[in-house]
Amino acid sequence: MAKAVVRAGLVAVSLAWALGAQVVLAADLGSFVKEGSKAAGLSACVEPTDDMRRNHMEMIKHQRDATVHEGIRGTRHSLAGCIECHVSPGPDGQPVAANAPHQFCNACHSFAAVDVNCFGCHAAVPNGGPVSEAALAAHRAAGVAVTQAGMPAGTKAEGR
Amino acid sequence: MNHQKDNIDHDRRAFFGVAAGVTAAVVAPGVILHSVSAAPRAEAVTDAVRWGLLIDTTKCADGCRACLDACDRENGLDLQVRPEGQSEAKWESQKAVWIRKVQLQDNQTGRVTNLPLMCQHCEHPPCVDVCPTGASFKRADGIVMVDRHTCIGCRYCMMACPYKARSFIHEVVHDQLTRVPRGKGCVESCNLCVSRRDNGAASTACADACEAEGHGAIVFGDLKDSESPISQALKSMPSRQIREDLALNTGVRYSGV
Repeated sequence: MAKAVVRAGLVAVSLAWALGAQVVLAADLGSFVKEGSKAAGLSACVEPTDDMRRNHMEMIKHQRDATVHEGIRGTRHSLAGCIECHVSPGPDGQPVAANAPHQFCNACHSFAAVDVNCFGCHAAVPNGGPVSEAALAAHRAAGVAVTQAGMPAGTKAEGR
Repeated sequence: MNHQKDNIDHDRRAFFGVAAGVTAAVVAPGVILHSVSAAPRAEAVTDAVRWGLLIDTTKCADGCRACLDACDRENGLDLQVRPEGQSEAKWESQKAVWIRKVQLQDNQTGRVTNLPLMCQHCEHPPCVDVCPTGASFKRADGIVMVDRHTCIGCRYCMMACPYKARSFIHEVVHDQLTRVPRGKGCVESCNLCVSRRDNGAASTACADACEAEGHGAIVFGDLKDSESPISQALKSMPSRQIREDLALNTGVRYSGV
């Protein structure tokens, strides 16, 4: 009887530990959508969330060929669109790179141990291009200083 | 009077109907094309246009760097920094440059000619011929460019280019512009401001800068449109391709050389 109690106790403890570990892992993962980003104020991404989580890489890959070879821009699956919407302001109000630790891209990718190599070439903050009014409004609402040129202040390519 | 009002002239009505329809059919494509060109491109580029430049070397001023600086700003090349420990001389020879200012001197007469030299956007580009991965390609509208997603950095294209137009990125790049992705291990060169093309801008950064400087030596436009300023200029003044003996049919033409 005592043996059975001990065994049950051990099982209960290990179950509790396993559950606890899950919670810790989930906490490590962080929230997917960062506070203060334009995405935080929207109910869904450009496709249903499940689809985005599983297939975003395919969408970007398809889009990149259309953009580079056929010149098709400004469609819903552009990487620049991902960055513009998901970048969040840091403590100093400047946008933080989307691939920085605990930011939108990195939160999942470091957990899944999948390297993101988009940012070897692509800018990880909205930078140097036309930024949409919606993004600017979201940045202002989040307290990000925006210069007159339409660029988040303090980016290295400021005023361009 | 009333009787006349009621008596509708049906032929007249039909004529106006047809006239309005014909007018709309003639005007609408212009209006629609115009509005599309101002928005980001949604349709694939076609070979209905071929982009090109005409450079009047007689207007190109000695010592002027306006087009080079504008190109650097447009494409984020001014954000390059010399890697720590690299000598100034090595950096000068290795950093990415999309336009070079070239000075020619005729030794017999002493006449000096200045010209900006960039990718010549050949109709038959040698860089595309030699690329082992298909990364170096010619877009339907005549722009020769590199798809960095498939570039393996072998630099065959740099060897093949008769104009020394391409640069290789040796070091990790930290500051890119959203409109011009660029990074380590890839080859790059002038792409006729391709993001401007796709967003419906009228000209290139270099041509705009040259115009703003008051020289107006660079004309950008569609070589296939006989009404475009560049076609008109090519029609009216003598121009040459550099290394025309190679029969590459370049998209960049020079006059006064």
